[in-house]
Amino acid sequence: MHALSAFATGLIFGIGLIISGMTDPSKIVGFLDVAGPWDPSLAFVMGGAVAVGFVAFRFARGRTAAVLGGAMHLPTARQIDRRLVLGSLAFGVGWGLAGYCPGPAVVSVGMGQEKAIVFVVAMLVGMGIYDFIERLRR
Amino acid sequence: MIDWAHFTPWSALAGGIVIGAAAAMFVLLNGRITGISEIIGGLLRPAAGGIGWRLAFVAGLLVAPAAYALVSRLPAPTIDAGYPLLVLAGLIVGIGTSYGSGCTSGHSVCGVSRLSPRSLVATAAFMATGFATVFVLRHLLA
Repeated sequence: MHALSAFATGLIFGIGLIISGMTDPSKIVGFLDVAGPWDPSLAFVMGGAVAVGFVAFRFARGRTAAVLGGAMHLPTARQIDRRLVLGSLAFGVGWGLAGYCPGPAVVSVGMGQEKAIVFVVAMLVGMGIYDFIERLRR
Repeated sequence: MIDWAHFTPWSALAGGIVIGAAAAMFVLLNGRITGISEIIGGLLRPAAGGIGWRLAFVAGLLVAPAAYALVSRLPAPTIDAGYPLLVLAGLIVGIGTSYGSGCTSGHSVCGVSRLSPRSLVATAAFMATGFATVFVLRHLLA
């Protein structure tokens, strides 16, 4: 049941990304280009998502178990450290370079977009590089 | 100056509500965050566990265009970046989201909904470098 609802969630999430226009990198770059002709659409996507999410996460916070069973896996980290800040700063650079973040890129792979496939493969390699470095440091 | 020709407030808001509904459904049913970079990264890290639901989630993302196409025409994207830039961007996004524990979905949708200070900081950080990167690409180098 957990896998089935994960599939349905991925499907709905992906459809939401397509409706919102966020699978088009030119709309991401259009939002990030505040000095040029600015497209504020992305802020409306986040606004709509957070409005619904805010209510849902308030309900979720009061729960001790998931509806389908099993524990709640909500993040517990609290500290604002160098990893969080430097990692996020780096992510923003990559995001601005191509106009892809992970969700829309994977959905675009489902559209058969060759450029998205190249981006996602490189992203997986990047995640692998991170794992490799972390293993060396341990 | 607002780019009125490309600004799509209603579809953006509607899509955002659908994304929020997916995040709501997942946290209540499965007790988890819809953080795409964590879900994908977990597939590479056996210690993270839950290969089955992770694969199912990614499969859902991948078939979303086919499901959308049953009802409406898929929007045609415009991708300015060439292949070398896409490879560089992908590598940086993969490394950055791993160090930063999340991307737009985990931090800006779920984290901001939870009013998580970590996610608010992360979102401010990647927005800032996103703005700066596009400024350099479009206005300084172009």
